[in-house]
Amino acid sequence: MLGKLRRLNQDASKIALEESERLPSEERRRFLRSGLFTAGGAMVGGALAGIAPKALASTQYPPEIPPWTRSLGAGVVTDPYGVPSPFEKDVIRRNVPWLTADEVSSISFTPLQHLKGIITPNGLFFERHHAGRPEIDPQQHRLMIHGLVDRPIILSMEDLQRFPSVSQINFIECPANGGMEWRGAQLNSLQFLHGMVSCAEWTGVRLSTLLQEVGIKPEGKWLLAEGADGAAMTRSIPMEKALDDVIVAYAQNGEALRREQGYPVRLVVPGWEGNTHVKWLRRLEVGDKPWMQREETSKYTDLMPDGTAHGFTWVMEAKSVITSPCPEMPLKNKGIYQIEGLAWSGRGKVKAVDVSVDGGQNWQQAQLREPVMSKSLTRFALEWKWDGNPALLQSRVIDETGYVQPTLAQLKSVRGTNSIYHKNAIQTWKVNGDGSVVNVQLS
Amino acid sequence: MFSFHKTPRLLASTCCGVILASMPILGAAEPTGYYGYGETPTDEQIAAWDIDVRPDGKGLPEGSGSVDEGMTLFETHCSSCHGAFGEGMGRYPKLAGGEGTLTEDRPEKTVGSYWPYASTLWDYIHRAMPFFAPQSLTDDQVYALTAYVLNLNYIVDADFVANKETLPEVVMPNHDGFTWEDPRPVVNNERCMKDCKEEVTISDSAAGKNLTPSTTGPLDEGITE
Repeated sequence: MLGKLRRLNQDASKIALEESERLPSEERRRFLRSGLFTAGGAMVGGALAGIAPKALASTQYPPEIPPWTRSLGAGVVTDPYGVPSPFEKDVIRRNVPWLTADEVSSISFTPLQHLKGIITPNGLFFERHHAGRPEIDPQQHRLMIHGLVDRPIILSMEDLQRFPSVSQINFIECPANGGMEWRGAQLNSLQFLHGMVSCAEWTGVRLSTLLQEVGIKPEGKWLLAEGADGAAMTRSIPMEKALDDVIVAYAQNGEALRREQGYPVRLVVPGWEGNTHVKWLRRLEVGDKPWMQREETSKYTDLMPDGTAHGFTWVMEAKSVITSPCPEMPLKNKGIYQIEGLAWSGRGKVKAVDVSVDGGQNWQQAQLREPVMSKSLTRFALEWKWDGNPALLQSRVIDETGYVQPTLAQLKSVRGTNSIYHKNAIQTWKVNGDGSVVNVQLS
Repeated sequence: MFSFHKTPRLLASTCCGVILASMPILGAAEPTGYYGYGETPTDEQIAAWDIDVRPDGKGLPEGSGSVDEGMTLFETHCSSCHGAFGEGMGRYPKLAGGEGTLTEDRPEKTVGSYWPYASTLWDYIHRAMPFFAPQSLTDDQVYALTAYVLNLNYIVDADFVANKETLPEVVMPNHDGFTWEDPRPVVNNERCMKDCKEEVTISDSAAGKNLTPSTTGPLDEGITE
């Protein structure tokens, strides 16, 4: 089997080599330097995996017939669990090394600039861990539900999956998304400015089903959710929300949760700050008061200019951002572009998105791309003819409650610059005459 | 796929009335739930996992610890990240000081300046500290460390002994600094479409600031503040 693959690869290499012999000498040298033919037998796993895009790009379109058309490709189960093309190697989660003390209690950002539609691929969903990503054996994992209930239970993951399941598409956003920018424009990147939001189809058991199964005592007004990680992360959730649309999720986009997303089971609390979506869920306790845990007192509270702080600010208010163009996706030359972006609201559906190309002096309503769902990312687009002059691009979402996304100046006038969390202001991208795009703030 | 059941009562009225009639969400205890999956935990199983502590002291175990005992433990288990006096090392959290800074340009949110409840300190040390060996301390050790960190912040005297009676009595300096009802929306933007403002001024730009890690190629580890 391996020998056969190797032969196939060598054949492909031979064809490509013949191809290169037809190139002018300068280009041929560059082609050979790309290293394609030095790998030899080591190229098992895809005949073309090692072909450098740059070396081939200039020569492999019409009238040329490229080597991948004149050879056999890799067989089925070459990758038993499929992975992206090696040409997509830059599309990865990234972190900001200076932001946190270490990578165990830290955050990574989704590459929104590369994503299409509204679903975040599982391998690119942003990560936030407080004590690293645990490696949990689902056979050994248990979810205990107790407290002010009639019938406390311990559920195995098999037990959990016997309950009726629901699936729903919801975004999760860390309330610190964009939190580095209260004092000024620092980061020049869509990924680092807005990549603490992702969206997936979650499948699991409605929390109300489980609470019904254990029977809540009349005085049970709050729920404590606790993780099985080294932070044993906890949040208090009021019963009204717990019985509304929360799910105890074990699957994400059709497969088991990724470890980074709480494998084997997590809470999904639609529209609420990411920290409440407790991962690696091991325990749910019903009580009569909130627990005032570290995450809901010293963290995830919003410090106001007068020195007081707002706690229990769970809802992620409506927000939008233009994802193309952006600093990572500059314009190339004058002409027609589709300005595209993402909008979402923790209070329900996106009703409309407006786009400005002059820094908010004038606005045009963008098109919303279906599907438009409650507490989900929604994609919008507006066609724009760029005349080559500098422009200031902005998007502004209006959600179904009528809430209009604020400007940064409006938000700062109330919240000051020290509240860290819940910065949902309008983003401004400056398009320069050369097509480059820069993160700017307006006064 | 996207149907929502607002409450179990709604569920009862729409699809499962028969089921819920025999299994009300608020009702007399039945031996098992409708589905009957899983096991009933023993008291010992519940006690072992039920580690949360509330401001009123609910959840605090027997045991105690003094400020002096806490100081020794702190040097061994905590000072490498938090500093000998809770001043914080590198980007690891500062635990003490910062009083009166919450309205300043650079507020320091510490246990003393910001945390509203002393119970949270016991709960968090017990569940998640030391960072590299969570849930490795005894209850007495957690009491002692709690007492020491409170003393570092001048909230309790040097002779303070923390236990399940004394800890809920501690009133934190910033206890009244929080509102626990979300006031938002607090900003009301108008949906203006034409001639919305007279001039546009750029107040700041990320251009030229060397703070952004690379967004192509391998992960960037070289950037420092």
